[in-house]
Amino acid sequence: MNAHHPSEEMLRRYARGDDMAADQLWAVESHLETCAPCRGRLAPEPIATAVWAELAPLIERMPQMPRTHAWRRRVHGWVSPAAGPWLVMILLVTAAAVALDQLGSGAGVSLVLLIAPVLPVLGVAASWGRALDPAYELTAATPRAGLPLLFRRTTSVLAVVVPGLTAASLLTGLGPSRWLLPCLAFTVGTLALGALVGITRAAIVLIAAWVLAIVAPTIAFSRTSVALDLAATPVWAGVLLLGLAVIAVRRMAFTGLEANR
Amino acid sequence: MIEARDLRVKAGRRMAVEGVTLTLGRGVHGLLGPNGAGKTTLIRTLATVLRPAEGKLVVLGGTDPRQLRRRIGYLPQEFGHYRRFTVREFVAYVAWLKEMPDRDVPAAVQRAIERVGLADRADDKLRTLSGGMIQRVGIAQAIVNDPEVLLLDEPTAGLDPAQRLRFRELLVELGADACVVVSTHLVEDVAAACTDVVLLREGKLVFQGTPAQLAAAGTTEHVGDTPIERGYSAAMGAPNRIGSW
Repeated sequence: MNAHHPSEEMLRRYARGDDMAADQLWAVESHLETCAPCRGRLAPEPIATAVWAELAPLIERMPQMPRTHAWRRRVHGWVSPAAGPWLVMILLVTAAAVALDQLGSGAGVSLVLLIAPVLPVLGVAASWGRALDPAYELTAATPRAGLPLLFRRTTSVLAVVVPGLTAASLLTGLGPSRWLLPCLAFTVGTLALGALVGITRAAIVLIAAWVLAIVAPTIAFSRTSVALDLAATPVWAGVLLLGLAVIAVRRMAFTGLEANR
Repeated sequence: MIEARDLRVKAGRRMAVEGVTLTLGRGVHGLLGPNGAGKTTLIRTLATVLRPAEGKLVVLGGTDPRQLRRRIGYLPQEFGHYRRFTVREFVAYVAWLKEMPDRDVPAAVQRAIERVGLADRADDKLRTLSGGMIQRVGIAQAIVNDPEVLLLDEPTAGLDPAQRLRFRELLVELGADACVVVSTHLVEDVAAACTDVVLLREGKLVFQGTPAQLAAAGTTEHVGDTPIERGYSAAMGAPNRIGSW
C-alpha cells in the first residue's frame, strides 16, 4: 500500500540506530509497521550471520595483537633481560681500555690485561644476582631455573666479553693466552663462589680481591703482576677446573634463592 | 594438593617457620598474620625456592621438581619486572621460563592479560603503567600457565578499592579448580574471597578454618570493627586494649 519503500542506506542507518532526522525516523518506523517485505529487509543477512557464527570462536581464540617479535624472544632465551645495559657497558669499558693503552698512559702496563678478568664478573652478576636482576625471585621459581639457564646466560656474557677482548688484544698487540684463562677462571669462579654465598656477594668479593691483590700493586709498582704472566697459566687452569667442580656439586643452589644472594 | 608436616624453614639465620603442619586442597586459602609471622617464608617454601630445614612437604603429589614447577604460579611479594618489556612481552617471557609449548604461548598470554583487565594496555611498556596495573601484570604472569597451585604473596598491595573487589572475584574464579594460597594482612580480603583461613603467628600455625569459624572465635571483648577482625584478634591472642600495638 505504501509504494515509497525506504532505501537500503536508510534501512541500514535505522538498524544501526544512527542519528537520523526525526521526520525520516518517523517515516521509516511507520512504513515498517505496515510493510512486511521491508521488515524482512531489516532482518540480519543470513549469510553474514552464518559467517559470523563461524568466525567468532576463532577470533575468541586468536590473539588480537601480533605475536611478540621472534628474534627478541630468541635473544632473551640466552641473554638475561637485566644484562643488556651491562653488556653494552662492558664493551664501552673495553674500548676505553684500548684507547688508554694506545695513548700509552699505562706506563708499560696493559689496561686491557688488567680489566679482562673482571669484565665477565659484572655480566654474570647482572644475569643471576639479586642486586641487578629485578625478576630474580620470579625466575628462580620457574622450571627453567638451574644449570641450563645459568650456562645460557653465562655463555651470552662471554659471547660479548671474549670477542671484545679479542679485538682489544689485536689492537694492542697482546696475545690471547695472557687474558683468556684469567677471564674464564673469574667467570667460573663467580658462579662457583656464587653457589656457596650468592652471586652478588661473590662478584663483590672477587672484584675487591682483584683490585687489592692485582690492580693496586700493578699500578703502584708500574709492572705487570706475576699473576698475569704466562707462567701463571697452570694456576688459572686449576682455578677454572676447581670452579667447574664446585658448580657441578652445588648445582641445586641455582634452582632456589640461595645463589641469588 | 599441598601437604606439609612439621615444616621448619630458615630465613637467614632465624627459623621463620617453626613446625607448621597443614593440608590445603582446592579453593582459596587466606594466609593471615602480622608482619614477620613467616607468611612470605612459608609461601617461598611452597613455591620451592626455599628448602625446608626439617619436616616434609609434598606439593601436587611430589613429582620431579621441574615438572612440578610447570604447574605452579607464583607472585613474589616484591614483584620484580623488566621495565623495558611490554605487558605482552613480559608475560610471554615468563611463559617461556615456565616451559610452556611455543604454540600455546600467544593465546595463553592474551587470556591471562584479559583476565586481569589489561587487554587495552597489552602493548605498553611496563614503565608506563601505574602501581596497581603492575600488580595485575604480576597476577597475569602467575596465572599464564593455568597453574594447579597458585601462590600469591600480598597480591592486593597497590590495588585501589575497585580493583580489589574485581581481584576477589578473580580469586573465587581461580579457586574453583586450583589450590590458591593468598597471603595478606588485610582481614577483609580473606572474609570476602577465601574458603579457608590459615593464621600464622611467630612461625607457628595458630588457626585453620573457615572465615565463619574465625569470626565466631571473636567476642565483643576483642579489638576489631568487624566480627572477623575480632576473631583474628582472638586467635592471635592480641592484647584487647585499645591503643596497644
